[in-house]
Amino acid sequence: MARMVKNFVNGLWNENPTFRLMIGLCPTLAVTTSAVNGLGMGLATAFVIACSSALISLLRKVIPDKVRIPAYIIVIATFVTIVDLFMNAYMPDLHQVLGLFIPLIVVNCIVLGRAEAFASKNSVIASIFDGLGMGLGFTWALTVLGAVRELLGAGSIFNVKLPVGATIGIMSLPPGAFITLGILMGLVNMISARQKKRAS
Amino acid sequence: MSLFLLFLSALLVNNFVLVRFLGICPFMGVSKEVDSAIGMGMATTFVMVVASAATWLIERFILEPFGLPFLQTMSFILVIASLVQLVEMFLHKTSPALYKAMGIFLPLITTNCAILGLAIMSVQNAYTFIQAVVFALGGGLGFTLALVLLAGIREELRFADIPEPLLGAPIAFICAGLLSLAFSGFAGLI
Repeated sequence: MARMVKNFVNGLWNENPTFRLMIGLCPTLAVTTSAVNGLGMGLATAFVIACSSALISLLRKVIPDKVRIPAYIIVIATFVTIVDLFMNAYMPDLHQVLGLFIPLIVVNCIVLGRAEAFASKNSVIASIFDGLGMGLGFTWALTVLGAVRELLGAGSIFNVKLPVGATIGIMSLPPGAFITLGILMGLVNMISARQKKRAS
Repeated sequence: MSLFLLFLSALLVNNFVLVRFLGICPFMGVSKEVDSAIGMGMATTFVMVVASAATWLIERFILEPFGLPFLQTMSFILVIASLVQLVEMFLHKTSPALYKAMGIFLPLITTNCAILGLAIMSVQNAYTFIQAVVFALGGGLGFTLALVLLAGIREELRFADIPEPLLGAPIAFICAGLLSLAFSGFAGLI
């Protein structure tokens, strides 16, 4: 059980896909104009990672080594299509906003990365925990990024207006995404450098 | 004229990397040196144009007539993956020099979301075959432009005095943000 927890926490901080591994950055930058969008995108991706990791782990002894990448991609594309159709039916507004980036979960390197690095070598339960940890690590990063940009750009968080005097319009535009992510990454680096110093 | 506008729009106004956020991973990964940035950009542009033509034909002659639009994501990514493989083998046979120059970048292109994104956008905007190819060319060259610009800045950054937590990727992102700010100046062009 302790190992499961470790797998889970790993993705949340130590190997956080956004701040540490720096993978899956396209949706990270593109959809985080507000906290809600970031959360929606994160959860959709988390679902795909957890499900595809589980299925790939189940099939790990069946899939021949030579064709494993195409096989993984088919599994991932299946779950992405499920999410795409589901969101289109039940959350049309969010689906409209996220648009192109839902089908693009297929080429999100986090999903294929976990399949190759973890699910193909570990048990189903461990893979699910690993996938969930990575997915939720991605989700919190997107939500924080979205919240910061929404606060600075539109003066609200989760669509709740806050009494902020002035807003910086550029934060909701593409340049704001790059700059906010750069500064947040710097902050995460600073916190972990401090942690390391305290540990030694 | 409208083809030229489409090209210009994909190249500058809606630059794939800096405005649409497609292909950020190679943008950050391969922008440390100008030479490799040019290689990656050219290889990507090439695959983009070929992939755009191939996926257009598949959408028009297979998915549409048989009513299979839900297979779009799956079939496109498979086509792109096999196309990259094919291009790699073809270059290996016909032009070893070029193959050697772009070697490492070729397999990486499969997971470049700019390619799949471009194919899906072409379908969504109902482009004709020619339009789709021109759009791909503009998008690919725009990707190359952004990559080379950032690589040039990052080469200079090596000599700059940067606060320690910002070293590496964070400062590159902030520079990319400033580049993106400059590109938003093209917004009123078309």
